Amino acid sequence: MATQTEKSLLTLSNAPHVRSDESISKIMWMVVAALLPASFYSVYIFGLKALMLLVTSVFAAIAAEAAYQLLMKKEVRVSDGSAVITGLLIAMNVPPGAPVWMVTIGSFFAIIFVKQLFGGLGFNVFNPALAARAFMIASWPVHMTTGWHKFNEGNVLIKDLSNFSGLPQHLFDTLTQATPLTALKEGPKSLAEFKVGADQFYNFIFSSDKIKSLFIGNVGGVIGETSAALLLIGAIYLLVKKVITWHIPATYIGTVGILAFIYYLITGVPSVQYAVLFHLVSGGLFLGAFFMATDMVTSPITYKGMMIFGAGCGILTFVIRIWGGYPEGVSYSILLMNAATPLIDRFIKPAVFGKPDKKK
Amino acid sequence: MASTFKGGVHPPENKNITEDCEFSNLSIPGTCYVPLQQHIGAPAKAVVEEGASVQEGQLIGAAEGFVSANIHAPVPGKVVEIAAPPSGKGPGVIVIEAEGAFTATTKQNEPADWANFSKDEILNKIREAGIVGLGGAAFPTAVKLSPPPEKEIDTLIVNAAECEPYLTVDDLLMRTFPKDIFEGVRITLKVLGIQKAIVGIEDNKGKAVQSLQKTLSEMNIPEDITVVPLKTKYPQGAEKQLIYSLTGREVPSGGLPMDVNIVVQNVGTIFAIREAVVFNKPLFERYITVSGKMINKAGNYKVRIGTKISDIIEECGGLKGQPAKIVIGGPMCGMSINDIETPVIKGTSGILFLSEDEVHIGDYYPCIRCGKCVAECPVGLIPCELGNAVEFNRIDIAAQYDPFDCIMCSSCSYGCPAKRPLSHFIKLAQERLRQKNK
Repeated sequence: MATQTEKSLLTLSNAPHVRSDESISKIMWMVVAALLPASFYSVYIFGLKALMLLVTSVFAAIAAEAAYQLLMKKEVRVSDGSAVITGLLIAMNVPPGAPVWMVTIGSFFAIIFVKQLFGGLGFNVFNPALAARAFMIASWPVHMTTGWHKFNEGNVLIKDLSNFSGLPQHLFDTLTQATPLTALKEGPKSLAEFKVGADQFYNFIFSSDKIKSLFIGNVGGVIGETSAALLLIGAIYLLVKKVITWHIPATYIGTVGILAFIYYLITGVPSVQYAVLFHLVSGGLFLGAFFMATDMVTSPITYKGMMIFGAGCGILTFVIRIWGGYPEGVSYSILLMNAATPLIDRFIKPAVFGKPDKKK
Repeated sequence: MASTFKGGVHPPENKNITEDCEFSNLSIPGTCYVPLQQHIGAPAKAVVEEGASVQEGQLIGAAEGFVSANIHAPVPGKVVEIAAPPSGKGPGVIVIEAEGAFTATTKQNEPADWANFSKDEILNKIREAGIVGLGGAAFPTAVKLSPPPEKEIDTLIVNAAECEPYLTVDDLLMRTFPKDIFEGVRITLKVLGIQKAIVGIEDNKGKAVQSLQKTLSEMNIPEDITVVPLKTKYPQGAEKQLIYSLTGREVPSGGLPMDVNIVVQNVGTIFAIREAVVFNKPLFERYITVSGKMINKAGNYKVRIGTKISDIIEECGGLKGQPAKIVIGGPMCGMSINDIETPVIKGTSGILFLSEDEVHIGDYYPCIRCGKCVAECPVGLIPCELGNAVEFNRIDIAAQYDPFDCIMCSSCSYGCPAKRPLSHFIKLAQERLRQKNK
């Protein structure tokens, strides 16, 4: 029976003496797990080249992080999973036909220049994967905007378009090998040459079939954005596990939806409800809203701040999609809002208990 | 739906270790170490000399000034030493070797009918008995019960939330002595000159709620006393949060409960008030929870003030091995110690012997800005920014984030995935700002 204790073995510290089982690595690996269904599906539809891109990108990110931490004589913390997320997201943000060397450089750029040079995890201002995507678009625009997948059964969109307009398929090649959002953006212009009215085009593209394919994922796009359904499964997992909260994704997606509704109501598109759904399930909106805008490090810390952040992302995304130079605006909108995050956090603070007039 | 407040956390309760252990008495220690400072305020002044013989319950330290408390001999015997405290400075410790007859234990005074006492007589008895808040803060009770006349009190809140994990002593007290507690509540209401009391209990203590509600319905009490179950969430027992949960009133920043016309007393204090008023019994013993994975006989015990923790370890069957931490109070805001010669004082609600897998010892990492601490802070602070500011030595920035509104509940540190000692950082910010403003 011991009644004595070794004084030196008793730890002294301020309270609390117990901690929750939360940890950084637990959070990060749960995000990785949430991205896996969409990743596996992309390998299923795009084949080995997608797998190559995913694996290379992840390994490049891990290697870059470990190398930097070793070189700088910092604690090597690649096992926390944050580099794995960055690597995965970079691959998920390129077309399936992108070259492997490009994602390697992209991952390296994300980890070294966007994350570690700012001080490592927790100190980066921009989402590393998105900054890398912007870097790759600026450096290799051709690789980032071509190399879309050619479906074996022929591009559904081309067949439909050709049946619909009665014109030969090859006329639509430039248009429809791209993503649905490119089609939306370029469609009316291209079809005008063939004397097809914009209304008819919208009727065609905003239809329940198109929405269904977008949701399930058998359409062109970057590796990660194909299946809104699988992204949603991962997102629900993160929401249930409380890794992310509803504030950013709901305000983000909600704002895009509301803006689409208003815009197409004013422009008088025949089926507004499908136009709205088209905007929600197409492109990288789900990937961005659930997995990139919610990046803790680069988004606001208060719920109110998160909602402003989400709404800002939504507005910017929609503006870029409709009036911008790119068909898709998710990545730039999130990057811009990343830059606004310190400002949001500076002005949006919760009310302090017992201080009702705190806002001043 | 149970009443509650915004924010908070839900740590594993670990109350099952001791919640079914009925009270038992620990043996009287051979030697008691009674510090003269056991309360908030001025230390008591020793009124006995070395070599003096003292009776059980005799006054040995007299309150000095308004905010102070009397200290009484926990055992009869001889004052062998008035020692300097281990730190070498500050008020001393009266060391009493037990001998002679235990008058207070063997012969209980006839219960007095408190209804015949005036308000001032009751208050005087509470002051004489050296009653302080037994929830842990140890603020002199008589002072708390004499709010300045301009503060009109309308409600007494009895804090029986016991939101700290492991601790079960208040729970047991309510299950064992429900009648006495209501008598204590009535006495306290009389001192305050009001009619309304609310007893707030977290709803994980169903038996205590039942016991009190049943007793209340049987007792036919003229005053308006209600027992309200609260949502089980830490820090439900923090004074300001408890007031908000029960009444919706928000104590202003920097203010006291009396600013919203409320007085809060811990349920253990209420019990001690009754003993002081009805039996003239000074506060020289109290109930505590002894728990944690490393102690052989965890339980709820009645123990004399001044009993050393080493004596308690022996009484409780010894340790199972080397604990990682010994904590006085609860694990969320208790104090860790490394000297088992430390005595039990009035504010000691529990002693925990925690194993390595119960505590967290280890590194912390940079903030990943997850915002958990912001969502969980019951006060609405931004603990992560405070922590960053302190870590980078920017006290000027820390000052902009209301560090003095922190109630030190440690919910932020508890939930932090980067394991950052956020409440510790906030404490540091407070210290440095106080020094700077001197």
